[in-house]
Amino acid sequence: MLRLSPNPDRLPSPAPLDPATLERGSSLGRDAWRRLRKNRLAVVSGLFLIALLVACTALPGLLGLSFSAADAEQFLPPGAGHWFGTDLLGRDVFARVMFGCRISLAVALAATVVSITIGVSWGAIAGYAGGKLDTAMMRVVDIVYSLPFTLFVILLLVFTDSLAKRFQLGPTWNLLVLFVAIGAVEWLTMARIVRGQVQSLKRMEFVEAARTLGLGHGRIIFRHLLPNLLGTVIVYTTLTIPGVMLLEAFLSFLGLGVKPPMSSLGTLIYDGQLEIETHLWLLLCPGAVFSLTLLALNFLGDGLRDALDVRASAD
Amino acid sequence: MLRFVLRRLLESIPVMFLIVTAAFFMVRFVPGGPFLGEKALPPEVQHNLEAHYGLDQPLWRQYATYLGNLCPKRFAPQRLFADLDRDDRWDFDLNAAFGINFGPSLKYANRTVNEIIAGALPYSLELGLWSLLVALALGIPLGVLAAVRRNTWLDYLCSGVSLFGICVPTFVLGPLLVLAFAVHLQRFNASGWNEPLDRVLPSLTLGLVYAAYVARLTRGGMLEMLGQDFIRTARAKGASETRIVLRHALQGGMLPVVSYLGPAAAGILTGSFVIERIFQIPGLGREFVNSAFNRDHPLVVGTVVLYAGAIVFFNLVVDVAQVWLNPKLRFED
Repeated sequence: MLRLSPNPDRLPSPAPLDPATLERGSSLGRDAWRRLRKNRLAVVSGLFLIALLVACTALPGLLGLSFSAADAEQFLPPGAGHWFGTDLLGRDVFARVMFGCRISLAVALAATVVSITIGVSWGAIAGYAGGKLDTAMMRVVDIVYSLPFTLFVILLLVFTDSLAKRFQLGPTWNLLVLFVAIGAVEWLTMARIVRGQVQSLKRMEFVEAARTLGLGHGRIIFRHLLPNLLGTVIVYTTLTIPGVMLLEAFLSFLGLGVKPPMSSLGTLIYDGQLEIETHLWLLLCPGAVFSLTLLALNFLGDGLRDALDVRASAD
Repeated sequence: MLRFVLRRLLESIPVMFLIVTAAFFMVRFVPGGPFLGEKALPPEVQHNLEAHYGLDQPLWRQYATYLGNLCPKRFAPQRLFADLDRDDRWDFDLNAAFGINFGPSLKYANRTVNEIIAGALPYSLELGLWSLLVALALGIPLGVLAAVRRNTWLDYLCSGVSLFGICVPTFVLGPLLVLAFAVHLQRFNASGWNEPLDRVLPSLTLGLVYAAYVARLTRGGMLEMLGQDFIRTARAKGASETRIVLRHALQGGMLPVVSYLGPAAAGILTGSFVIERIFQIPGLGREFVNSAFNRDHPLVVGTVVLYAGAIVFFNLVVDVAQVWLNPKLRFED
């Protein structure tokens, strides 16, 4: 549950009745921020993620790194010139990892946006409507949850891939399909959690008030209920991104996701494991960046959950 | 209980129907038929091939025929494990056992999808079962120990393993295990599925991730159970600590793990695609990925239906187990 009023413990003690301090109170955001700052692991994770985002967007441009230039000797071990060494074609692995991060994070963010949109609307509508509609909608979630839905993602990718070939669509199309396909799978947990929250929120007085004012259902859901779910949504978004990244890497590893000439962390890991016996760094460098990103996202998500005090059960 | 099982069985029929329909029409609308090779076939040949496989008929009739062929017509599961062709391997003949016929493969001439499944499924099934076993045999004891010895080094080891399993994906872990145990220590073969020892690395790779989740869930479930009143009662009666943990707390503590088994099975199933690729195992996952690339429609749909059927069935078993383990659920509905 989100705290809707200031925590009574944190109200200033009655002794110095200075109106300035009285009025300031303590907002949910500020409370959460203070709690989050105390969680060292979450802060470090957050800083790491920011650094990674900045590095993979800015560094290639700043250092003049090229993702495809094959201008060094092949299989140079990691060293001063090439931090992560070079690959079979003499390309700089650091540059490739940075560009791969860009693609992986872009896919992760876009697919997460898709999954949040579906999950939040689905859960909010089901929870708000209640009754038979709710039962039916949540039954769908249960069924999809228990199915090997990855199979359908693979089918969808193959399907759109041949469409792209026939109509000569570029690699951007491939990425777009990947966003939608992954997003369409990873929305289930979000839907369950949002539904549970909406179910308890909709009985509160402010919803009653909104209804008395004659507002429509859509407006109540999207203007009055959803803003109260922001904390929950933020927390589960942070925890959805690792799942999305894993799925993208899984598909790319199988050759179904990101296609050459683009590369994501998944394709780099695939290329790396082919050379593992002789050139370990080709697997270790992208693999370590990938694992650290997942780790950081998990820590940050847990930290945010504690900070925002989200206590939602999964069903 | 019987009513519950029957209701769940009935519920799974429309689910399977939806899956078959979705898979059937999805591959049918893929442009680029199965006979589009490097060279374009002469129109007559193309026409004859389509007539041979019944692809020239209207779509609805193809669909109806397909559905008819899929409907189970007999129930003789023991025939799955018969060995009529005497090759020392189970036949896995779905047609003989249930009368399910997936039709001919379009890419492998003269082979039916049933034959391909029968050839590849045992590998995947064995891999899946071993991995599940790894997940449970590692995860449950670790979770129980972590809950009993809360906030000691054992507990921290448990959370460490969980984090490791969540953050190191199978496609990184697998090659690293191969490098360590096959290339450097020379204990195992790097790939293949011939000797008994060849099972170890793939099952370990696939199972570790799930062991991590299972450990986490067991720990949570056990901690909740150990705080309950009936545990205090058992202590008051003088039951030994081992008996309290194993007899009283474990039954309830397993509930989160049991409800996780359904998603875990689905995950292990799709996870095996990657494992079969890394370790060169000739399983069904590899066939599925290849058939999707080859547009071998009957094989794609057949694999999807088989996988989905297996998952639906497994979920049914899990649900029944849940009701059996949790007395509270028995009196609902």
